[in-house]
Amino acid sequence: MTQNPTRLIVGPFNRVEGDLEVTLDIQDGAVAEARVNAPLYRGFEQILLGRPAADCLVIAPRICGICSVSQSVAAARALADLGQASMPDNGSLATNLILACENAADHLTHFMLFFAPDLARSCYSEHPWFQTARRRFAAGDGECARTLLPARARFLHLMGLLAGKWPHSLALQPGGVTKGIDPGEKIRLLSILAEFREALETHLFADSLESIAALNGIAALEAWADAAPFDRGDFRLFLHIARHLNFTGLGSGPGRFISSGSFGLFAPGVWDRDALTVFDPTQVTEDHAHSWMEGTTASPSAGKTIPSPDKPEGYSWCKAPRLAGQVAEVGALARQMVDGHPLIRDLIKTRPGGSVQDRVVARLLELARLIPAMETWIRAIRPAEPFCFPPTDLGDGPGTGLVEAARGTLGHWIGLDGGRIAHYQIIAPTTWNFSPRDAQGNPGALEMALAGTPVLPGETTPVAVQHVVRSFDPCMVCTVH
Amino acid sequence: MAASSSSDTFNLLWLQAASCGGCTMSALAADDTELLRSLERFGIRMLWHPSLSEESGTEALSILEDCASGRVRLDCLCVEGSVLLGPQGSGRFQMLSGSGKPMMEWISRLAAQASTVVAVGSCAAFGGVPAAGHNPTDARGLQYSGWDLGGALGKTFRSGSGLPVVNIAGCAPHPGWMVETLAALALGNISAEHLDALGRPRTYADHLAHHGCGRNEFYEFKASAARPSDRGCLMENLGCRATQAPGDCNIRRWNGYGSCTDGGYACINCTSPCFETPSGPFQETAKVAGIPVGLPVDMPKAWFVALAALSKSATPQRVRTNAHADHVIVPPARKPFKSP
Repeated sequence: MTQNPTRLIVGPFNRVEGDLEVTLDIQDGAVAEARVNAPLYRGFEQILLGRPAADCLVIAPRICGICSVSQSVAAARALADLGQASMPDNGSLATNLILACENAADHLTHFMLFFAPDLARSCYSEHPWFQTARRRFAAGDGECARTLLPARARFLHLMGLLAGKWPHSLALQPGGVTKGIDPGEKIRLLSILAEFREALETHLFADSLESIAALNGIAALEAWADAAPFDRGDFRLFLHIARHLNFTGLGSGPGRFISSGSFGLFAPGVWDRDALTVFDPTQVTEDHAHSWMEGTTASPSAGKTIPSPDKPEGYSWCKAPRLAGQVAEVGALARQMVDGHPLIRDLIKTRPGGSVQDRVVARLLELARLIPAMETWIRAIRPAEPFCFPPTDLGDGPGTGLVEAARGTLGHWIGLDGGRIAHYQIIAPTTWNFSPRDAQGNPGALEMALAGTPVLPGETTPVAVQHVVRSFDPCMVCTVH
Repeated sequence: MAASSSSDTFNLLWLQAASCGGCTMSALAADDTELLRSLERFGIRMLWHPSLSEESGTEALSILEDCASGRVRLDCLCVEGSVLLGPQGSGRFQMLSGSGKPMMEWISRLAAQASTVVAVGSCAAFGGVPAAGHNPTDARGLQYSGWDLGGALGKTFRSGSGLPVVNIAGCAPHPGWMVETLAALALGNISAEHLDALGRPRTYADHLAHHGCGRNEFYEFKASAARPSDRGCLMENLGCRATQAPGDCNIRRWNGYGSCTDGGYACINCTSPCFETPSGPFQETAKVAGIPVGLPVDMPKAWFVALAALSKSATPQRVRTNAHADHVIVPPARKPFKSP
């Protein structure tokens, strides 16, 4: 029997980065429509205006404390684009390492602190795996975080050596990095990485990183999951629970994936239902129809950010980015799909919109691929050679900086006039994933993925909705800057 | 982490106002263990933290409401991020999701119940980066708006313990500053004399970021870096404010091995009010007649000029050469002993 829709406003949505509120229209025990609101506005794009150009290297990273390096790299690349700057090999290698350290730490943090604690909720107490999930994943005293947070902290010693500190470093410059690495430090970097690898291989994967990276399809993933008791490693435990809770049937997104490419390791492109095409940032626009923002649809190279808090059609501070007018998803799943990893290609061939399980798998797979790459980058550093080319003269005009943050494609569009910032627009990964509806009424990626999510009787903060939301690893502070 | 209180725990509630989350991210690396475990050692119990707690939605709101109404004892309220008063004093630039109320309203209700209020980071302390430029959101600290009293809680605010807001300033603050301050509060070891004139814990604010700087020898001889990645002193050309910045950043390292100056870039004095709006570019040194404007805090200018000239004339060739490279070109070496 069809009932009238009821409305549920869910928040505070914690264990995402920043502020999030989700409005759900529920009908027949499932979400009929979702509206995603980012209820915080700080105005970084406005704050940057009128500043000396290089100040963006200080201000822009402070948009976000969880991916400040990604913001640094985007700002530095936007300046480099303006000045046609290049960097020495050591500069690229160190930049790769600093960015990969942040991406990898983020993937781990997301899994153990933000996503997995929901698997230990008492609503799952009837399941045979519950006691194990509780022991490993409970917020606060779960063994997974208790074991791997110290490993993460020591992994971030790499930031101490290469970037001075984390978050909010100024080491990343248009011409390279400010810190050279001497031969002794090179050994210390390898030691840090070896220790982190050991922690991941012991606790998270209970297998070698190479075995995880070599999983080449759904059959291989399932065979791997079944090859040992379900509690052997946190990844296997997750896969076991995902199977019980049907995580592959939850959270299907738009099926259009963007990656700007990363590290020279993951290829750029756009995946759109069976076809891979080139990612052209000039096709990106931002729609303001349902944002609390003035103005109409514009390219980020021309758009403005002028808050309009009383706009009646608005329901979020987030704008709605679109690629050639279309909704798209970004993140590890998109990156690995575009790059063509066989496991992810198989997952998306089977479920074109992806799922809660697929997003988590893609992140952990990427973690397994990044660490060995980092080892090769460290070995390639040549200590007595330059790490940074001198600053170039910045001409007036536009510049674009793209980077892959852990959560997906991040772009900075800068414009200089008389050496000062006359224009600055940012599109962050979660701006893509958590965008509101556009002028045509098309929901954003998460809004789409939430439709159909089951809501159980009496639930005020539906647990399946939480799984879907957190599967994207949202970063709301980046979203609205 | 259920919300109940007992007399032998120190109940702490952590809110993120208009923050970037960086203070929490920094805190997660505390002592290389993590925040919660580092605090547990001192009997500190986290009633709720937006990044670390299981409770979401209505469960989370009920914890906040229990604290705001006094049903649960609130020993310490930590706020990370600036408090947004805009637009037009409504606070609507940050609504606490699910509650229909502005974050500033929750903060003032909770602060009124808290024995101690702690501003975590320079945003919560002084306004921070969101208050830069023309401050589009009317961002404030809890007790301060820049250098002036007049933050979101009002000029005369005192918490239940009688203390002003404890300002663990820094962008982000070192995890050690956070854990030590909270632990000292739990042990009852912080009174007004343990805070500096701006409410910062003196445990770290009694030092300057310059103390222990790895570029000390270059500073002594005014052998200055000219461009990013040079090893020389960053003060003369590249905007370093470590001689004016409160903080023990170079005494206890960041992330195991680092600091800003060891990382090769300028200290931007992020523990001070209004650091976000310097008079010139962050990474350039403001000068008048070739002399840096921002000299060491308590050094007479004439002496600085005289000593700088003297030390420059005495700079060893080794130091001069190494100041302009990203690795050591000339190692320190004595002349070989002559055989008798």
